[in-house]
Amino acid sequence: MSGARLEVRDLSKSFRGLKAVRNASFEVPAGEIVGLIGPNGAGKTTIFNLIAGVMAADSGTVTLDGHSLAGLRPDQVCRAGVGRTFQIVKPFAGLSVQRNVVIAALNLAPDIDAAERRAVEILDRLGLKPKRHQLAGALTLPERKRLEVARALATGPRLLLLDEVMAGLRPTEVDVMVGVFKELNASLGITILLIEHVMRAVMALSRHIVVLHHGEIIADGTPEAVTRHPKVLESYLGEEALG
Amino acid sequence: MIGRLLGEAGTRARIALGLAALVLLAAPAMVDDYLLTVLTQSLFFAYLGQSWNVMMGFAGLLSLGHAMFVGLGAYVAGALFVHFGLPPVIGLFPAMALAALVGAAIGFLGFRFSIQGVYFALLTIAFAEFIRILFDHFTWVGGSSGLFIPVDNRTVNDLVHLRGTPEMFYYLALGLSVAALALSRLLLAGRLGHRWLAIREDQEAAQALGIDVFRAKMAAVVLSAAMTSLGGVFYAFYFNNMFPEQIFNINLSIELLLGPIIGGLGTLIGPILGAFVLTPLSELLSALTERHALIGIKHFVYGLCVVLIVVFLPGGLWPWIARRLGLDRPPGDGT
Ligand SMILES: Nc1ncnc2c1ncn2[C@@H]1O[C@H](COP(=O)(O)OP(=O)(O)OP(=O)(O)O)[C@@H](O)[C@H]1O
Ligand SMILES: [Mg+2]
Repeated sequence: MSGARLEVRDLSKSFRGLKAVRNASFEVPAGEIVGLIGPNGAGKTTIFNLIAGVMAADSGTVTLDGHSLAGLRPDQVCRAGVGRTFQIVKPFAGLSVQRNVVIAALNLAPDIDAAERRAVEILDRLGLKPKRHQLAGALTLPERKRLEVARALATGPRLLLLDEVMAGLRPTEVDVMVGVFKELNASLGITILLIEHVMRAVMALSRHIVVLHHGEIIADGTPEAVTRHPKVLESYLGEEALG
Repeated sequence: MIGRLLGEAGTRARIALGLAALVLLAAPAMVDDYLLTVLTQSLFFAYLGQSWNVMMGFAGLLSLGHAMFVGLGAYVAGALFVHFGLPPVIGLFPAMALAALVGAAIGFLGFRFSIQGVYFALLTIAFAEFIRILFDHFTWVGGSSGLFIPVDNRTVNDLVHLRGTPEMFYYLALGLSVAALALSRLLLAGRLGHRWLAIREDQEAAQALGIDVFRAKMAAVVLSAAMTSLGGVFYAFYFNNMFPEQIFNINLSIELLLGPIIGGLGTLIGPILGAFVLTPLSELLSALTERHALIGIKHFVYGLCVVLIVVFLPGGLWPWIARRLGLDRPPGDGT
């Protein structure tokens, strides 16, 4: 399976007068990892929701390998090859960790047995295999974040949307996750768009970074260029870059 | 098929299942007529509970109007027999089809317009009430004075016309509950069942994983409605009479869902266990009521049972018993 190319053009979305996303345009080339950063409330999750079909954009287009995702429901976007995680994790708390992932794997798997094999393999990749018979509701928050990733991955995406999956992880855990994504990207060629506040992870993973501020894209370029960008320093990175 | 049915069930579970099957098969030879009636009704409610559980237990869709499907099944098969002599073994098809259609209408309204939770439950009550009032004025099937199926006590069992001995009805109810149990088990082990569980747990996450939520929920309502209406066909030919006030009554809707709640929502054995606790209890209480004129004690005790379960064993009796007996399957999914 190879990665898909994502193109976002002039995307806008308002919530009762509040412009959450304004004319945002960027692209994620096939097989690349791009970071989407910006302060709280910048509109990052909203962009994910617009791509994933959770809500319709006021204007603008989203295309995957040139095919428009406009008007598709979230399940159709998923089947088109986009896997996403939720910033506020949504485990199937009353089901086992394994069944959580089996359900996701059924998106492509021809039968339950195949889905189970795939689920175990992915759980192993994310270090959740020993916990697979526990209820998902019994997992710790970092584990739930990994379960989010495992589920999104199990749907067999060509584009993976990761919404702050490193938040709350210890530095060593962050490094493990970074390794997992690098490996996934290298071995399967999956395209990854990640929203992340943990700069250590963003810098380690992204070939390219898009910076969002008040719904607008204020910078777009290599990690080195973006972190030196005056607007970015002023609006967002300022305190973190110094601290 | 059998392999898939037993699936991950452990040795102890198999032995327990085998023993239960043996007792239930031999029961008619060991009990008197009165007890046989109680057992038959327990099995009947086990079947209805199992059918309701497909919606609520698996897909998380609360129906408080399931009596409408019992009523539709009973009336369609009953009326076709009374008016045209159509044997119920054929009449059950239009009966299930109509119930499925009504289920689809409710589902379509509810899911297209994203009516969820309590509001969906209210929608099911509204439909049930609407249909009750309709049948109250539907003179072709007797209106409010009810529909009666001619009783002729045969000594020969006639499954085609559902006429026969109490033993025949007992085995029929047993067959229905076993079939519903097997169907539920197969569904849960399959693709559709997994989709339902995902929707029950978190609809938004389910959708993000590629599940067509609308279709999966429609399937749950249609299937549950059709299964329940088959119970209605049994009702018609077992009791030989039906009144809109009774068969479409919300009391019946509530009574049939208490079994799964007390036995264990979303579990396979729960609805059966719950029915075998509640129905005999209800019979006992009716007997007491007759002697001591304690009107309403049945509903009081039912309410008490629910409160006790909700407070002390929120998962229901079965998960608790299964743990005690060591029958828990490894992935603690409660199924
Ligand atoms: N469904 C919604 N309804 C109304 N307002 C919303 C909705 N979703 C987001 N918003 C608003 O849009 C703005 C952008 O929110 P969004 O969640 O996209 O930010 P974010 O960049 O993901 O922030 P964070 O880093 O805190 O996750 C915020 O002001 C938020 O309150
Ligand atoms: Mg966010």
